[in-house]
Parts: sequence; structure tokens; C-alpha cells
Amino acid sequence: MQQSRSRVLTKHKQGLAGLRVIDLSQIFAGPYATKLLADMGAEVIRVECAARSGRGGALPRMKPGGAFGASFPDGDTGERSYNRFAYYNEVNRNKYAITLDLTKSLGVEVFKRLVRISDVVVENFTPRVMKNFGLDYPVLRMTNPQIITISLSGYGQDGPYRDYVTYGEGIEAMVGLSQLTAYPDGEPLKPGVAYADATSGLHAAFAILAALHHRRLTGMGQYIDLAMREAVTPILGEAIMDYTMNKRAAKPMGNRHPVMAPHGCYRAQGKDRENKKEGAWIAIAVSSDEEWRAFCHAMGDPPWTRDEKFASRSGRLANREELDRLIGEWTSRYDHIELMNMLQGSGIKAGAVFNIAELAHDPHLNERGFFEELSHPEAGTHLYPGVSWRMSRTPGRLRLPAPCFGEHNRYVFGELLGMSDEEVSRLADEGVSASEPLPYLEA
Amino acid sequence: MPHQALSSLMVLDLSENISGPYSTKLLADYGAEVIKIERPPLGDSSRRAGPFPNDQPDPDKSGLFLFLNTSKKSVTLDLESEGGAQIFNRLVDRADILVENFRPGAMASLGLDYEVLAEINPALIMTSISYFGQWGPYRDWDGSDIIAQAMGGLMGLTGEADREPLKLPGSQAEFQAGLNAAVATLSALYLRDETGEGQHIDVSLQEAVASILEASVTMYSYSGFVRGRVGSRNHLQCPSRVMPAKDRFIHVQAGANWDHFSTFLEAPKLMEPHFASILRYNYADEVEGLIQPWLEKHEAGEIFATGQEWRIPFALVLGIDELMADPQYEARGSFQEIEHPLAGRLVYPGAPFRMSETPAEAGRAPLLGEHNEQVYIGALGLSKDNLTDLKEQGII
Repeated sequence: MQQSRSRVLTKHKQGLAGLRVIDLSQIFAGPYATKLLADMGAEVIRVECAARSGRGGALPRMKPGGAFGASFPDGDTGERSYNRFAYYNEVNRNKYAITLDLTKSLGVEVFKRLVRISDVVVENFTPRVMKNFGLDYPVLRMTNPQIITISLSGYGQDGPYRDYVTYGEGIEAMVGLSQLTAYPDGEPLKPGVAYADATSGLHAAFAILAALHHRRLTGMGQYIDLAMREAVTPILGEAIMDYTMNKRAAKPMGNRHPVMAPHGCYRAQGKDRENKKEGAWIAIAVSSDEEWRAFCHAMGDPPWTRDEKFASRSGRLANREELDRLIGEWTSRYDHIELMNMLQGSGIKAGAVFNIAELAHDPHLNERGFFEELSHPEAGTHLYPGVSWRMSRTPGRLRLPAPCFGEHNRYVFGELLGMSDEEVSRLADEGVSASEPLPYLEA
Repeated sequence: MPHQALSSLMVLDLSENISGPYSTKLLADYGAEVIKIERPPLGDSSRRAGPFPNDQPDPDKSGLFLFLNTSKKSVTLDLESEGGAQIFNRLVDRADILVENFRPGAMASLGLDYEVLAEINPALIMTSISYFGQWGPYRDWDGSDIIAQAMGGLMGLTGEADREPLKLPGSQAEFQAGLNAAVATLSALYLRDETGEGQHIDVSLQEAVASILEASVTMYSYSGFVRGRVGSRNHLQCPSRVMPAKDRFIHVQAGANWDHFSTFLEAPKLMEPHFASILRYNYADEVEGLIQPWLEKHEAGEIFATGQEWRIPFALVLGIDELMADPQYEARGSFQEIEHPLAGRLVYPGAPFRMSETPAEAGRAPLLGEHNEQVYIGALGLSKDNLTDLKEQGII
């Protein structure tokens, strides 16, 4: 381990160089946590198997269309769909991948050898699975007393729902987020992205790094039980406090704000970048009377803005429907991006609602180098969202494309674990290390 | 031996409102000594934001403040005064971490930019949080949570396709930035623990949001596809939707076994090849149409409980008022009571994760300037007279 640490350190200036993480996690929450670590330079080794590749299985070659089809380069699943899937390739960049069947004893044995030279194990199976493999924390700790193990599950490792199955969207429903993500007059919707997964993944990365700091001072490893539901609950803290203080259950507010008015999303013109279907929109937030006067001025002081009822915040809050309609009539004449530039130039909190094309072309994000290009052997050269923040000394970067299925078997089994070519071949022959995932099964 | 994971750390927290305070709440609840530096006479702006008990504003009773500032200490200090800056520099000398969320350039105008502070303490990790980051064309633009959700790409993906884009509730861009700041800070700590080198971290709300759009940008780069809004559906999976059951809404998702799902729903028609296909999202209206009548005949609680026995990932669409009665939250003690001298005994969201050796311990939020004596006299060695002078000059 020491040897590999110095090798990595001299190669790049990476904040987490020398840290080795075994990543058994699937879908999004766990992989998001390990993505954060990998971007900072940790050596993250994904452990996958033919039955559970985390890549959607091997699909027949097709051009399926829709959002699903668009998840593959040029809409084409290709010869090996599992190496071309956007969801996998985005969140697993900077990582390594091996294949190991943990239902076989030889797979478990190899896994334990890997645990001995690693710092962290991340898994997000339902609670019974690691035990069934014979790889629950007590076993891992016997294998490597300093190992830090984190289990991400929907509901936690104990309690009546411990074995319940869920995805991030179910967690969003179960914490109150879906109910509040709604128009004021509408039915519960939900966040347009896997919000619970990302939020849980961020908390998980924090937990791992906190445990590593503690281990450095004490030599102690530990076990972390992260229930996604508990990790997502705090982000509704204000609403929960309102309930515990006043027994008042928050209701959906749409784009409105408890104390700001105007505060909302207004229709605008969109000149380009595919705004045809869903329109172009601008968000505006006015937090004080001074900002309100500046906003009126930016609108050219139309006569309606002089109405007494809009002069104070309480008046604007009481009359916000009319206010929003009048503002919308004004904004709908302008291009949303030009309007954003103009209003920000006048000191108004305004932001175009970027669609994904506009986001990818945003001059600010691009000047900051937020998107980075990576060449993937089977997916081609594409842009990906880069490191989530800037660091002055160890900036981190996208240095490796997402691994192909089993791509690093030879590196990990041979170089890291010191297995002979014969032993590595035996793993393949006995089906412990697969060369491709099982076909995707309909139903 | 340290009692909690981060007990060895001293954190100076200049941040206000939500993003910075959430990051330092995480540090504090897991053991760091977080000294919150509040500007006299009013302190953190979240003290003036609600919710308040019985809607009566009181700077020591804001629910937002109480929740976000558990386990921290509070001192008052005016950084714009010369005496204030001197005291601050003495604290910086002893600190491991500094978190701030002023507008970019504000620290520099106080003579407290990273380069200056790093000369005092080269091991310092300084984490700056702002709407658009410390540099770039939008650096000096003003923002708010809805602006960051809009310009980070999240809002354009949320809501119905034929209606206006929809903001996530509360202040989610702020929380995402706070989480990014917390993770970035500890990743810098990892290096510092090894080499003694500090650094400056630049977290932007816009980038924090743009980082969690699943594969949206990647899909655009792969195939030119501009992902839009799909209401409560999922872009790739069908069904995955909030739907009405007999008595209330339920989140419906099929899980891994379609055969199982269609049997459970007594809908054999769902086994027809075009529905049983991974491409069934092309027939989402029909699939949901086959499910809906069954849902309306059954109560959500029953569907959830029985469905889980079949390992189908149903979920209840709960309101905030239902959380504390939930059996799983209750069994795990997911909410926590904290006593506060002025706000009283209240229930707070508990720890976001459980560490076997170093569990979180959330203590109450501080009163404004509560720890002035402890920090200025106890730690920095000022005298009681010094403190009185500083108070008279409005520095603390």
C-alpha cells in the first residue's frame, strides 16, 4: 500500500492520492459518493459481477429512442451496451472496475485479499446481502481491523423497514419531499433528478472522510450505517422545525417564497437551443423594497409599478398573483438569457432557467472549466460535468474514463494482489471473474 | 483518544444563512469545535428568518437557526473594525478550518483573503461558498436559492412539461452547496493530515446543483438529447410515478421483477411483450392506465405493506406532519429532542448517518455571543476589562 501511495503521489497532485476504496455499490447513491472520492484522487475499485453489473445488463444492439436511447452515444446501444451507458459512465469516471462473483467462495477469498490492502468498503445492498456473502462488517474487520465500511440502504440496518426495497424516488416520497415538490394547486410531483441519491452520496462521502480522519489519529476503523431516508431528512429541516414548533405541516409553495415577492419563474422568449417544446423561462427573486425599486426601474417604470399596493413587501406578498401576472407580461417579450444579463447588470437576482443545452454552453461554467472532455474507448470523446468544486492546491480532474466491464481485472488481480497469470486465468475459467454481464432479461 | 471523529478540529465559521452553516453543522455534530463568528449586533441572518414558535420573531428562537447551528459556539466580532480583525487573526492562527459565504471579494476587502490568512497559518483550510464561485464572468452577480436552481439546470428538469419549471422546496441549492463544502473541506483535511499543507476551496451553488443532474449533460453530449420535464414520471423507467390510491397518493415503481409486479397488481395484460419490454416507457400512458384502477381499489398503506412483502418498492407520499409517527423513524430514533434555554425542548432531525465508534452528538445552538468569554478570555487570554472595552466599541 505504501508503495502504491508514493507512486500515485508523484504522478499527480491529488488530494486523496493513496486512498483505496472498494466500491460494491450500484445505481446512483453509492457510486455518487465514490465519484466524489475518485475525483479527488482516490483509487476507487468497483467490484461488479455478471448478474449485477450495475450497468443495466447486456442489451441487444438497438436504437431504442427516447431518453433511454439518448443515454447511449448516437442513440445506439452498440456491441456492448454496458460500456456505453451515460448514467454509468458519468458517475463512474475516474474509477477502476473488476469482476468478482461473491456468491462463489473463491470470489469471497479474492475479495478479502483486496480488503487487506484497502482503506474503505462501500456497499448499498439491502442489509441481508453482505451477510449472505459472508462479508458483513465483523468479517471485514477480522480481515483488516482498520477497514472503514459504509452501508448505504434505504431505511437503515435495523427497524421494521430494514428489508424494505426502495430507490431514491421512494425515499423522496417517504421524507415529504415529493409532497412539497409541487405547484401550489397541484398534485405531488418529485425532483426531476435523483435528488435523494445525490444527497445521500454526499453525506456518505463526508462520513467516509470523517472516519478516515479519526482513523489517522487512532488507528481505528469503523462501521457506518447510512439510511438514505435519514440522510435526506435534514434538507427539509425548516419545515420539520415548523412542525415541531407550531404543529404546522408545510404545504407546496411552487416557486413562491415565504417572505420574498416577487419570487418566481416567468415566461420569456427563447431564441435558440431547443426551447421550443418547454418554453424559455427566467427566475427572479426580489428580497427588499430597494431591490423592488431597482427592478421597477429595470422594467422601465411602467405605470402599474406605481400602484401603492406593490410598494411594500407585505403588499407585494398579499397581491403576488397579480404581481406575477404583470411581471410575466413584461418578461415574455424578451429572450431569457438577454434578460438575465440585463437584470443582473442592474443588481437584480435573476437567472435564466437553463435547459441542458444552455447549461452545457454557459460561458461562466465553461470559463471555470466545469465541463471536461474524456475519451472512452467504447463511448467516444464527450463532455462530462467535472469536479464539483475548485481547490487551489489539489484541483482534481477527470483523468480516467469510466471503466469497461472487467477492464482492470489484470491490474487488480495481478499487480495489486500479486496473482500469477495462472491464478488470474483460473478466476475467469471458474466464472469468478466474468468477461461480460448477463443479458438483460425482459420481465 | 478523540471522543468523536472530528474532535481534534477547530473551525472558524463566518458563514450565514444555510449553505455554510449546514457544512459546519456536520463538522460540529461529528465533534469539531465550531466557533461561529457573528456580526454584532444582530448576528446570523437566519436568526431573523422563521419559523418561530407561534410566529413571534426572536433571534434566539428561529427554527432555521436552531437546527442549522447545533453543537456550535457563538462569539460576536466586527471584522470591519481594526480591533476585530486583529482578534480574528489570532483565532485564524489556532484554527484548522475557516468557512465563509460572503460575496466573492468581501474577505479581500477586509484584508482577509486566503493569501493573507495562509501567511498566518499555512495549514489553514479555507472554504468559500458563493452563488457563482470566486471567479468567472458571473462572480459578482447576485443570487438566491431559486436562481441557483434555475442556472444549475435543476429547475428546468422539475415540474410538468406544459407548465413553468418548478423549484424544489425549501433551499435545496443552499443545502447542496453546504454538502459540497463539507466534503471538499474534509478531502482537503486528508491531504493536510498527511503533509501539513492547507488550501483554498471554492464552492459555487450553481456548480453544486449542476453536479447532480444525473447524466443529463452526458446524454446531451452523447446524442444531442435535451432532457426536459416529465412531471412525477422518471425519464428512463416506467412505471415510476406518484399516483393516487384509494385514500391518498403512493409512489409506484416496479422494481426488478416485472412478472411479480403485474401479478401483484392483478394485471396480466402487463405481461404482453410490448409492456414487458425495457422500452415500455413508450407506452407509459397505457401502462399507468392498467395500474390505476387497481390502485384506486386499495388503500396506500395496505399496498405499501403488502407490496414490500412481495419486494416491490412502493413508497408512501408522506407529509411533514406524518414523519414523526412513522414506525421506522420511531424504531431508529431518527428524530432527536434538544433542550434550549429559550426555545425549550424541541424535536430536531437527527444524525444523517451512524458511526459505530464515533457517533454524532448534537448539542443545542448557541445564543448570540454566548461564548465570548470562553473564547476571548479562556482561549485568547484577553482580560474582562478588554472585553468590556471591545463591547463598548461595538467590536463584539
